[in-house]
Amino acid sequence: MSNQEALLEIKNLHTGFDIGGETHHAVKDVSFSVKPREVVCVVGESGCGKSVMSLSIMKLLPKHNGKIDKGEILFKGKDLVPLNDKEMNQIRGKDISMIFQEPMTALNPVLTIGFQMDEVLINHTNAKKEEIRQKSISLLKQVGISRAEQIVHEYPHQLSGGMRQRVMIAMAIACQPQLLIADEPTTALDVTVQAQILELITKIQDEVGMAVMLITHDLGVVAEMADRVVVMYAGQVVEESDVDRIFYDPKHPYTRALLSSIPRMEEEKEVLNTIKGIVPSLKNMPEVGCRFVDRCPEAMPECRKIDPLLGETEKGHSVRCLLYDASKPEKKSEVR
Amino acid sequence: MTQQQKDRSEHLLKVEELKKYYPVRGGFFRRKIGDVKAVDNISLDLKRGETFGLVGESGCGKSTAGRTITRLFKPTEGKIFFEGKDITNLRGTQLRNLRQDIQMVFQDPYASLNPKMMVGSIVSEPLVNYGKGSESKLKDEVMNLLTRVGLPEDAYYKYPHEFSGGQRQRIGIARALALKPKLIVADEPVSALDVSVQSQVLNLLKELQDEFDLTLLFIAHDLSVVKHMSDRIGVMYLGNLVEVADADDLYRDPKHPYTQALISAIPQPDPRNKSERIILSGDVPSPQNPPVGCPFHPRCPKVMPECSGKKPQLKEVNKEHRVSCLLYE
Repeated sequence: MSNQEALLEIKNLHTGFDIGGETHHAVKDVSFSVKPREVVCVVGESGCGKSVMSLSIMKLLPKHNGKIDKGEILFKGKDLVPLNDKEMNQIRGKDISMIFQEPMTALNPVLTIGFQMDEVLINHTNAKKEEIRQKSISLLKQVGISRAEQIVHEYPHQLSGGMRQRVMIAMAIACQPQLLIADEPTTALDVTVQAQILELITKIQDEVGMAVMLITHDLGVVAEMADRVVVMYAGQVVEESDVDRIFYDPKHPYTRALLSSIPRMEEEKEVLNTIKGIVPSLKNMPEVGCRFVDRCPEAMPECRKIDPLLGETEKGHSVRCLLYDASKPEKKSEVR
Repeated sequence: MTQQQKDRSEHLLKVEELKKYYPVRGGFFRRKIGDVKAVDNISLDLKRGETFGLVGESGCGKSTAGRTITRLFKPTEGKIFFEGKDITNLRGTQLRNLRQDIQMVFQDPYASLNPKMMVGSIVSEPLVNYGKGSESKLKDEVMNLLTRVGLPEDAYYKYPHEFSGGQRQRIGIARALALKPKLIVADEPVSALDVSVQSQVLNLLKELQDEFDLTLLFIAHDLSVVKHMSDRIGVMYLGNLVEVADADDLYRDPKHPYTQALISAIPQPDPRNKSERIILSGDVPSPQNPPVGCPFHPRCPKVMPECSGKKPQLKEVNKEHRVSCLLYE
């Protein structure tokens, strides 16, 4: 893979948490890249490490027990891992912005919308105060808030969930970032409002020309938005490909099971397929072998002994499963 | 027996013009200054053995409707008939006896189980309360129930925190089943669960329904889940039932503009099938001050001048397909 063109490249990222004196890895050996103007969806169930991965990129991990142990996060070729807070502040909100799941907790309840909007621009530009307020208002209009002049004087609790998420998006795009990380941006919203917000993100992405990394558990949202999809399970990338191949030619047993376990509107199905068991917790993660083995319908004895690798089965389609030769450690070294 | 009485006894549950208002207090001496019209005049009926899905966005009153029907809340107006008997104003012992037949499964499997009680006690509590025996005598029965919902037998001696979300929901289901009720009201039973676990719980509910001959009122916001589970579906908007139809009919041929928008807004897990979306503008209005006329008219893409004047009633347009919209009157 040529990495010249990648906007963001994550290489062998390991993020761990100290729990009772031991380090447990919530993200273990994650590698993938995001190209400019591309929408990459990271999909997985709760506890699969998708949020920890995004917090690692922004370096927003809880300081007291979370840390990046290994790996590189290259943004335009520059590694973010060794940067300190001051250097990160230059990047956060300016080159990479993030929107969160719960817009109520992400906004400060005691400050007006206008104050919080202006703050971003004050930190990253040298514009005058009046210009900044004008810019804030025009940003709010850009995200479809018609009463922008009044809204800047209001507080977050006066807005509905959908409106708050719009404000968050307006703040995130204030400095025309090259990458927007959206962590479950529509999970807390109703379907009709979700449709509004997804359309808005697509529109803004086009206008600003940014790449979007969308983290979600909803495969419907993935199909709607993604160019490429990264499927995560228990802290690892298990499959990565373009959206078409993920939905029509899924390779990993987990991806296949996940796709068949959602009820679909157009289908008549008496019984849904299920994945037995639950995602193992951080503490109970198997030390060696595939992390999906206990729930896998196609598990083989060697799955418990060998760590499968993320290998390319065909161009642009990687999978981490011993069913495929590319994932077998000895075969992979031969290929190299 | 009059026609009306016959009609009422044929259905397991019949709800007629049910209203539930919450008072809003404020001002001097906290006087009542208004009402939140959480449920504003809904009528529906449940046949024996069927699953009726109630779907709508947050704040549409679907949970209030469910809880008023089970008589956890006292209805403001209207009548509820269970097996032909008027249960609207039951009190005391009679209400207590009714609860044996109507049980509930709640949304949040973390909040609806007492963290200080052993799972065995949680599941046997309803049985003990209704004098079916002491906890130790009921142990075998409870263990059977636990295995039936897919939990290991030693779950009996464990506490809720030792279980995952999906397993806790199974405990909640076992508790609801303990008294062998006729009707189970499941209020968003899977919305707190992951997709892969969600399908396990949905399958379990379907199996148990056949086995225990249950009637299910299934309340959820996710239309694809409701469609999968239900025989018939009612769509709620701002305290009103805007459309009631057979599940397949509703999906294939939605009549109400709100239902059409709701169905088109669901992202389909199929990248090659990106259907035209109907994007609604604005948010759901406050139920304290609902719009005059049709509650949906400020957001409706097919709004007509008369929509802001006259409130439409639920009318049958096809067999078993009822809509409340002036387009069909």
